[in-house]
Amino acid sequence: MALELTDIRFAYGNEGFQLALPSLTIEAGESIALVGPSGSGKTTLLSLIAGVLEPDQGSIQLEGKTLTAMGARQRRGQRLAGMGMIFQSFELLDYLDVRDNILLQARLAPDVSITPELEQRARAIAMELGLEDKWRRRVTALSQGERQRVAACRALLLDPPIVLADEPTGNLDPQNKQAVLDHLIALCHRDRRILLTVTHDYSLLPSFDRVLDMDELLASEAATS
Amino acid sequence: MTDLLYLSLQYIRYHRAKLTVLTLAITLVLWLPIAIQSIVDQTAAQLLQRADNTPLIIGAPGSPLELSLGSLYFRSKTTSTLPYSELAELNNTGLARAIPLYYRFRSQDHPVVGTNPDYFEYRGLRITAGRQGALLGEAVIGAAVAKSMGIGVGDHVITSPESVFDLAGVYPLKMPVVGVLAPSLSPDDEAIFVDIKTSWVIQGLGHGHQELNRKEAMGQILKREGDNIIANASVRQFNEITADNLESFHFHGDNASNPISAIIPVPPDEKSAALLLGHYQEERDDIQIVRSQKVIGELLDTVFTVRDYIVVGVALVATATAIVAVLVFYLSLRLRKGERHTLSRIGASKLQVQALMATEIITVLLLSALLSGLLVVITRQYGITLIQQLLLN
Repeated sequence: MALELTDIRFAYGNEGFQLALPSLTIEAGESIALVGPSGSGKTTLLSLIAGVLEPDQGSIQLEGKTLTAMGARQRRGQRLAGMGMIFQSFELLDYLDVRDNILLQARLAPDVSITPELEQRARAIAMELGLEDKWRRRVTALSQGERQRVAACRALLLDPPIVLADEPTGNLDPQNKQAVLDHLIALCHRDRRILLTVTHDYSLLPSFDRVLDMDELLASEAATS
Repeated sequence: MTDLLYLSLQYIRYHRAKLTVLTLAITLVLWLPIAIQSIVDQTAAQLLQRADNTPLIIGAPGSPLELSLGSLYFRSKTTSTLPYSELAELNNTGLARAIPLYYRFRSQDHPVVGTNPDYFEYRGLRITAGRQGALLGEAVIGAAVAKSMGIGVGDHVITSPESVFDLAGVYPLKMPVVGVLAPSLSPDDEAIFVDIKTSWVIQGLGHGHQELNRKEAMGQILKREGDNIIANASVRQFNEITADNLESFHFHGDNASNPISAIIPVPPDEKSAALLLGHYQEERDDIQIVRSQKVIGELLDTVFTVRDYIVVGVALVATATAIVAVLVFYLSLRLRKGERHTLSRIGASKLQVQALMATEIITVLLLSALLSGLLVVITRQYGITLIQQLLLN
């Protein structure tokens, strides 16, 4: 059991959106697609798992560690060193080249040093994702697909047990989106890593091991209560 | 910390053009007021020191400032002169020792100053190579002249013609350098010193030419009227005074009426100085005596006023630059909003994000402060010399 969410409740202030999730369990190595209409709470759920948001109630456990018991500082450390994050807009820094963008998260993580071994690993992942000849190139000179691969390399570098991806293919053309996703899923399967992906693209769903519909997840809560 | 510094350096490298321009603008704004203040103060000190050492100057009627600038710094274009006889007259008063100056001519950029050996003693000038000028046509050059022209004892200096198109005017005179002065950090470093009579030779008031009493010269003589011989243009005039032709050099007319630019009176005491002032101010309308400290002091008042205006102007520019710099930083921070968002999303702490953002501002300000500090040191050390060289060129 790698990721377990139990009785999660979260609300933005006193009014507005409220999320209530009785339980969710994801095994190591599973690739999950999280679907649902806009405003259904997909990104909120990712933010709760990432520790960006703190639930009002319930617990989140990752590989035996209770994330919800951690303070803000610990959660941030966990996010930097123990989670991979991929975003729709890639979130790369224009003034850094491919190498430095891949190493960015590691540079910011509190207990991680940039060693030759880590750089070697970064290079190996870049090679696996077809970026070997772009190693010292600025990200502004890359195609959209290549940029998302750089973001994927950054997410995988510190060998996290979970990768959280928010619309990772949203800005890619059809050919690139399938290729990037296939790479990502393959690497996660190989390394027994959870891939939790928010997507609106139903054409990609067959690639995932499991599809979770937010409406269904929340309906089960409504039925329970 | 090292990693944050690394990321900051990457940002600075990527935006180097923008940050360089900003750094230079702030550097200039920090440096300019201090530089102006420093240069004006140094110039004032130099000007005043020379004036303090030469309290009185006698010259032809005209601008006291021109007379002071010419006599103290050899930087006057005025051609007003006194007759040389004034020197003897001053000596006869017994109130001061008189030193003549004739600074009308130049050799390239350097003034050729006709004077007598008293001048060297009065200014405390020391010969560092060669000897004092002893014969007509010999030159002793200042240290800066030796350096800038790359010449020394045994070389020659040639006077510059005053006008290329004046065929009857002053012809260049080639003069051997017999001595080089030690640096005195004064306008004397830039001057070429000759005997006062050599100045008159440069002007054409004295000359040397082929001997007309020789038998071979008979064909060159047009007319004899008593002692006066009129020769044709084939008679060769010498443009260099050598041991062989020295004897042939002579002056037509009385040297007492030959011109000089100014006289430096050296009174033995304050009482003599006061009497001398009274003598020239009360009894002579055809001559002026100036107190150089007063004249230079008035000039400096003007310079200080100009400096104040410039400093006010620079302060306004500085304010404008500061506002622009704040705007640039503000816009830059706004442009980096996406970067802040990215860093926060992947887990950077607020402190890490703020440190990265602040590095840009701190680097620009630190570099500007360092550069302007360096420029201030250079200005204090070499500013006045650089300005003087610029003015001379």
